[in-house]
This record gives sequence, C-alpha cells and structure tokens, in this order.
Amino acid sequence: MRVNQVEVPRDENGSSILDLARADIAESSTKTRNCAACPGSGSGSMEFQSPYPDQVLENVLENVLHFLTARRDRNAASLVCKSWYRAEALTRSELFIGNCYAVSPRRATSRFTRVRSVAIKGKPRFADFDLMPINWGALFSPWVAAMAKAYPWLEKVYLKRMTVTDEDLVLLSESFPCFKELVLVCCDGFGTSGLAAVAGRCRQLRVLDLVESEVDDDDVEWLSYFPESQTHLESLVFDCLQFAVNFDALEKLVARSPSLKKLRLNGSVTTPQLYRLITQAPQLTHLGTGSFGALEAVAAGDQEPDYASAFAACKSLVCLSGFREIFPDYLPAIYPVCTSLTSLNFSYANINAEHLKSVICLCHKLQTLWVLDSICDEGLQAVAATCKDLRELRVFPENPNEDVEGPVSEVGLQAISEGCNKLQSILYFCQRMTNAAVVAMSKNCPDLVVFRLCIIGRYRPDAVTGEPMDEGFGAIVMNCKKLTRLAVSGLLTDRAFSYIGKYGKLVRTLSVAFAGDTDMGLKYVLEGCHNLQKLEIRDSPFGNEALHSGLHHYYNMRFVWMSSCKLTRHACQEVARALPHLVVEVIRSQGERNDDSVEILYMYRSLDGPRSDAPQFVTIMQ
Amino acid sequence: MESPTISIGELNLQDTELRLGLPGSDEPEKRCNVGSKRKCSPEEESTGNRSDAKSDHNQSDNNGPPAKAQVVGWPPVRSFRRNSVQQKKEEEGGRYVKVSMAGAAYLRKIDLKVYKSYPQVLKALENMFKCTFGEYSEREGYNGSEYVPTYEDKEGDWMLVGDVPWDMFTCSCKRLRIIKASEAKGLGCL
Repeated sequence: MRVNQVEVPRDENGSSILDLARADIAESSTKTRNCAACPGSGSGSMEFQSPYPDQVLENVLENVLHFLTARRDRNAASLVCKSWYRAEALTRSELFIGNCYAVSPRRATSRFTRVRSVAIKGKPRFADFDLMPINWGALFSPWVAAMAKAYPWLEKVYLKRMTVTDEDLVLLSESFPCFKELVLVCCDGFGTSGLAAVAGRCRQLRVLDLVESEVDDDDVEWLSYFPESQTHLESLVFDCLQFAVNFDALEKLVARSPSLKKLRLNGSVTTPQLYRLITQAPQLTHLGTGSFGALEAVAAGDQEPDYASAFAACKSLVCLSGFREIFPDYLPAIYPVCTSLTSLNFSYANINAEHLKSVICLCHKLQTLWVLDSICDEGLQAVAATCKDLRELRVFPENPNEDVEGPVSEVGLQAISEGCNKLQSILYFCQRMTNAAVVAMSKNCPDLVVFRLCIIGRYRPDAVTGEPMDEGFGAIVMNCKKLTRLAVSGLLTDRAFSYIGKYGKLVRTLSVAFAGDTDMGLKYVLEGCHNLQKLEIRDSPFGNEALHSGLHHYYNMRFVWMSSCKLTRHACQEVARALPHLVVEVIRSQGERNDDSVEILYMYRSLDGPRSDAPQFVTIMQ
Repeated sequence: MESPTISIGELNLQDTELRLGLPGSDEPEKRCNVGSKRKCSPEEESTGNRSDAKSDHNQSDNNGPPAKAQVVGWPPVRSFRRNSVQQKKEEEGGRYVKVSMAGAAYLRKIDLKVYKSYPQVLKALENMFKCTFGEYSEREGYNGSEYVPTYEDKEGDWMLVGDVPWDMFTCSCKRLRIIKASEAKGLGCL
C-alpha cells in the first residue's frame, strides 16, 4: 500500500491511513494467525517514504504497547496524551466491558477498531437469585450488531449475565469467519437453534462453553450440526443443559475432535455412555462426568463396563466435575485419577463423609474443591488432613432452608483453616458459626483474597456466645491483608461495618444481606473502602443519609445495588442530579407504587447516559 | 406521574404479620418476577405464599417441622443448583419422572403435574418418542400397538399405565418406561 506524505486524510477518530498502516505492522509482527480463512494484512506489501519523526515515535509506541496486555496498564497508557491514546486504541485486541450499560456499542467499537476478543458483563449478580425482574435488559443484540460491522476478524466472545437470542447467535455465526471461542456464563434467552447455528457455521470453533446458563430445548439436535470433518474443538461444556442431547451425535463428534481437552457433559449422559466417550478421548484434561448414576434399566447379570480402567487411561485428567446423580458405588472408578487432580467439583453429589474420605485421601494435589455440605464437618476434616495445597473451597447447602440442622458448622471451618494454610478463596454455607472459628481462619489463612460466609439462618448470632458476628468479620478484614472480596452474614451490628471501613482498604466487592443497625454502617463502608467497586446490599436498614455519604465515590465504582433498604425516590433523584454521569435506576418488582419508597436501587456510571431499552418497571432518575 | 392504583398485591399485610427479625428490617416475601419463564421447583413457588402448604413440601421428607415461607433469593443459591439437588426428592413424590424407552439411547423427563388425565400424558409420550400406543382396555391392556407405556410404582412393581385411577398414578409413579408390546405380556393386571 503506497502511502503519501502529503494530504493524509483523517477519519472521525483522528486516525489516518498512516496510523492504520502502522498498526498493521505492529499487529502482524507479534500476532500469529491461526485462522486459515482470514487474510493476513501482510506487512510485506507495506512501503514507506522516509517517515516524519512523530511517525517513527508512533510506530515504536505501537510496537511497545503491543506487549501491554493488562487492562489497567492499557488504560493508564491511554491517558498519557492523544498520541498514546490513539496508539493504545489501535493496539487493544481484548476488549473488556464490565457493565454493558456503561458504554454504548457504538462508542466502544469506534474507539477500539482492531479487537479480536470481547468480554461483556450484563446483569448484576443479585439477578441470579431472582431479585431482578425478568426482561430488565442486558441484551447482547445491540453489541453483536455493532461488532458484526466493526470487528470482522473477531475470534472470541465471553458473556456473563446477558440475554442472548437465537438470532444473535445466528448473526454471530454469519459475521465472523475466524470465530473461535464462545463462552456464555449465566446467560439466557437462547436455545438449541442458536447453538446449532454456531456449531454449523463457525468452522474454526475451538471453544463452546455453556456455564450455568438457561438454554431452551427447541428440539434441534445441535450436536449434529458440527461439520462432518475433523473439528478444531478443544473445549465443549454443556453441563448446565436440562434436557437430553443426542448421544450418537455426541459420540461421533468426540471421535472426530482430536484436540478436545475439556468435555463437560450434562446429566442426561449415562455412565455407560460416559465410558464410551472417555475411552475415545483419553487425552482429556477436564471432564464433567454427566450423571454418574446407576441406570435402572441395567438388568441383573449384565456386565458393567470397567470404569476404573477407562479413567486410569485418562492420564492427563486434572479437573473432574459432574456427578449429577451419583451412584456412590461407582466412586472407586475415579481413584486412579485422584492423585493428579487439581480441581474436583462434587457440588451436585450428595455423598456422605465416608464416600468423600475414600476419594479425598488420594487427592494430595487438590487446589480447588467444591462440595455439598452432605459431607459434614467430618468430611471437611478429611479435606483439611490431605489437601495441603488447597486454594479454593466452596461448600454448598444440600438443603437450603432456614430452621434446619446443618451438617457443617464452625467445626468444619476451623479444621479447614488449620489444615489448608494456603487457602485463597472460600465460599461457605452453614447453619451455625462462631466468631472464634472465623478469627482462626483470619489468622491461619493469611493469603485469603475472597471470604464469603453465608450463615443461612438470618440474623444468627455466634452459636456459642450469642454475640453478634462482628468480631469474626472484623478479624478477617484486619488480618487478611490481601482481601478483595467479602460477603457477610449472621447477626451484624454497625460495628462490623466500622471494621470493614477501617481495615478493608483493598476490598473491591462487598455483599451484604440482612445486616447492620443504622445508616452509620453503610457510611463506614463508603467512607473507608477506597477501592470499593461493587456493592450489593439487600434487606438492610440503610437509608438516604447513608446513600448521600457515598457521592464522592460512586464514579469510581462499577455499580451499587440496594434492595429492600430504607431509601426513598427523592434521595435517589438527588444522587442522580448531583452525579450526571451516574445512571440511577429505581426498579419496582411488582405492581405500581405511588409511595416514595424504593424497592430496588441499581446505579452505575455511564459514558452514554440513560439507556434507551429500559422496561416499564424501571425508572431512571434525572 | 403514574395514576395511583392499588392491586391485591399491594395491600400491605406485612405490617400485621408476626415475624422474627430486627425492627425496621424489611423482609420481602414476594415474588420479584411475575411470570418468570424459569421453571419453578415447588420450593420456589412457595416463596411469598404465607400459608402455602407447598412450603412444607421440603420438610415432609425430613420429618421436621414445616419450614416458614421462604424469602426470595435467600440463601443466595442459584435456582438450577437448588433444582438439581432437590429434584431427586421430588421424584419420589411423583412429579418429575424419568421416561426411558427400549432402544432409545437417552432418558427424558416429564412433569406429571402438568397433565390432568391419561389421554394427555399418553399423547405427550407419543410425541416425545415418536410412537403410538393402541387403545387401552382394562382387560386387554394396549391393544394393537407396537409399544406399551409402563411405569414403576412406589413398591417397585412394574404396572401398565392406566391400570389405576389417575390420581393414584401421579402419586405412585416413580418412573416410566416404554417397552415393546411383546415384553408387556405378564404385566400387572393381565
């Protein structure tokens, strides 16, 4: 491409052909192109007259910026000056949108023109627990429409809590010939028709991961739509599908996917079927076993396959999950892989302590463990005894009701804290807890980054002393110097929040439910937690004065959620008027209200003002 | 401004209700998503209904006292996580049942609660498995069809679908199986 020195036209972004050309050089020198269908913007055909000094600088800059991958670094670089801003915008290949309403698709695609990978997050987390009315928003449609025009070379899409339609998936499959990875986490709105489009048209597809998403059964056998030839599939995850898949199609697909490393099956895949799959794919590193149950149809005397041998042949297996309808007698089949496992997810398996022990005693390398509390404190003690390298633990409740005797308690937490000193992340559901155990964990596990304790009975005090749980959580923020994420529960007074505000200087995400006494609680947090980015509060007595006390900080945050607190519409409106770049949504979940109380407040910063797709039950304060 | 209208859901009965909790704390016992497309487990349906017998459903298996009406979204466990672990318990109560068919590679599931009569459920099964059943008669079972619907009841016996009154069937059916007519001889009532 011949480049003139004179009269270089500039587009609306201030970029010229020169910029784009240079960006191409920078790009092609470091990026490898895997996609056979994509023509490279080959640098070989580029010719330059002797460039001006600032052009040289920009050239160098783009090459250097190419090595910056961390978002934070790129954002910082873009603020240096206009030249750096332009260069950074041209070289950013991974775009992360933490809140789909913080910026419009048009603005994002105008600024970043050479994106290969996009991650977008939609609804706030409390939407997972039915606290957000359906049809609130977070639609993928406007994004895919904009990207279809702006990013023809798009390779990866990661979406979390977005509503994606079949039409969106069809458009995606038609617009991006190099498309390689689709990951949908906690999404909804689509079904097997959309999946069929992706499977059928995205010929370079490597990753198709459906994680905790709601997928409709359109009676389309989507697995049959993958091309007949060998696929490039490396990861196929569909364990969240609530309906059967065509096993025949699945088996043939696995057989012609030699690069497949991650396979997570849903509960419709039976154990004999699992056997057939893993014998054909012993190269798997991540396996979701599907049902792992006993088929009723197996007649007495039928020979069952040698499951243990099949697992033993999977020498690369490091991550095991599934067990959706587990038949505990089958557990010995996984013994051969236990010693290599770094990640084990038993959170759908209602196994008892004995069952768990038989497995866990072999899992010396385990770093991530998700379990149901059916394993009891005894099971947790076994974990503590063996899994010295444990980094992440999640204990889910088998019976998530209040007023029941829970099988895990402070005993299990204490044991884990003593045995697993490298723990970084914990999510623990229980019916009873003590400050002492929480304090112990704060001291024994100094590397804690995420501490989420959910005492299921609301307002439960320390089970032994009857005191509020203030001191326990206080110790966590005081002693765990790396803590960035905290979820509190149990009986908590304002004191707990004063600790959080005073010591929780690195906390970015805070989750509060049924806690606190007065506005002071929230004030402590808003005034003290300088790094707070995500705040979600429900059913706590925080009101207008507390809301007001955070005005200095809301622009630094991704969002604030407050539901069933003591806010009034008037106060929310004041916030909206004080902070014009904050979108303040007041959401009603039911019927009409003519009083001033606010059921749900959801507010977030935005560069593009109030959204145009807000449904009837959302009022945007102005 | 919206014109004020008061619906049934707005009569604030919460004020007159006794409950535990700190004064001033508002416990919303209401559904946030009217017309949720998400399939509700009985546990979720009980949310917000104060005197709903369904909220006892979970406890009846545990032989414990009936649970008080649950608060929406508490504890914070995602619905599909509740459903899959709870569904096993529901299956014993006879609502979601697995349906298998001789020769079919995979199982399906149906919710018996959705159907009100035998003809309805049989039609659904015929559609699901692309087969037809013949005319049912008490004496001769399913006459003239290649396939026959059977079910396992709580006692572990395999019966012909239609042998017992509908209500008894929905309570006692543990799972369904569609078998070839030739295998059906010697079942149940014959």
